[in-house]
Amino acid sequence: MDAFLAQLWIARWPIFDGFLMTLGISAGTIVFGTILGCIVGIQLVFAPLWLRLPFRAYVDIMRGTPLLVLILAAFYIPAVLGLSLSAAQAGTLALGLFAGAHIGELLRGSLQAIPPGQIEAGRSIGLTFPQILANVLLPQALRTSLPPWINTGVELIKGSSLLSMIGVGELLLKTQEVIGRNFMTIQFYVFAGVLYLVVNIALDMLGKSMERRLGARQ
Amino acid sequence: MNYTLHFGAVWASFDHLLGGLAIGLALAVAAVAVGTVLGLLSAFASVSKSRLLRGISGTYVLLIRNIPLLVLVLLVYFALPATGIRLDKYESFIGSLALYAGAYLTEVFRAGLLSVPKGIVEAGRAIGLTRMQTNLSVVMPVMLRNSLPSLGNTFIGMFKDSSIAAAIAIPELTFEARKINVDTFRVVETWTVASGLYIAACFTIAALLRRLERRFPKF
Repeated sequence: MDAFLAQLWIARWPIFDGFLMTLGISAGTIVFGTILGCIVGIQLVFAPLWLRLPFRAYVDIMRGTPLLVLILAAFYIPAVLGLSLSAAQAGTLALGLFAGAHIGELLRGSLQAIPPGQIEAGRSIGLTFPQILANVLLPQALRTSLPPWINTGVELIKGSSLLSMIGVGELLLKTQEVIGRNFMTIQFYVFAGVLYLVVNIALDMLGKSMERRLGARQ
Repeated sequence: MNYTLHFGAVWASFDHLLGGLAIGLALAVAAVAVGTVLGLLSAFASVSKSRLLRGISGTYVLLIRNIPLLVLVLLVYFALPATGIRLDKYESFIGSLALYAGAYLTEVFRAGLLSVPKGIVEAGRAIGLTRMQTNLSVVMPVMLRNSLPSLGNTFIGMFKDSSIAAAIAIPELTFEARKINVDTFRVVETWTVASGLYIAACFTIAALLRRLERRFPKF
């Protein structure tokens, strides 16, 4: 244990950097994925067929392909098309597109669960469609999507560990580099696991408290 | 953007991709089979009267669900040998994926257990079945049927997660695709085909599962 703590002290900055990178990438993809997911979710429910189909295809492709394949594709494909993205940018792009599809799909479910009578009621008192969306549909749909949205957040934080395979210096890659120096395999993998665990449980608790607060206002 | 598509290079190695797909499916089947046993045990523990059993099941689910699969896979593959347990990469990956699947299946089966109508459990007890017999021949069939849709989703999820086996050099679909990618530099084609194969497999599995669900009436 003493040896581990000594090694941990030596490796504190790389691991801290990796931890920050994991948090930054996760936060970035959750924000990007949520904005994208809101657009996608609304299109999936209300867009005319010709516009709905491409969104449906996007969601099905993202949901049918493993995240690792998306990350590798985002890492290799832009370069041959003449775009230069860093590994971190490519990885964030892949995670964000993945998140957008998942959040779009869960928002679609929440939107479709709202009784259509409410849209008709909104229309009959003279609200325009954007007004109905902003004042009637989204407040309810966003609330019911909160628990699966938090789940998606946890999946994204876990998924960000896959970026280590394209050389993004996030928590797992930094941990592997440290293990390469001191060969304390079990200790440092477990330590990385504990860090992921702490962040995810914190996010989960935040979600639960938000649910309670939003539920109280019902 | 001067990139012309040449799928020929990918078709030349298409049998490798198909072989990889088969390995991925086999990994998922094995992991879900073992994971189902773990999940069933853990789900029954989670609804038992014993606080200790509930605690063990809860901790297992909490730990596994909040740690990235890749960390778990690397931990089992690289760290277990230090404790004297030697597994080859297939055994170690199936073990990790089964542990992972078990945690998700705990939730699935738990929901299934809670969906079993109380009346039929009491009916089983009333005709003189022991508690164990009631669990095996009354609760289990109903619970398994009711959890079939979620069980299928978990299987599809685990099949997609079998791509992570590429990290420990198991030659499944993602690994083969990456190999073709660096051998031929037909980047766009390789990933389009690989992703197409995954999507086709997922949709096929989903369609088969829907047929299976239709064959057995829901309780």
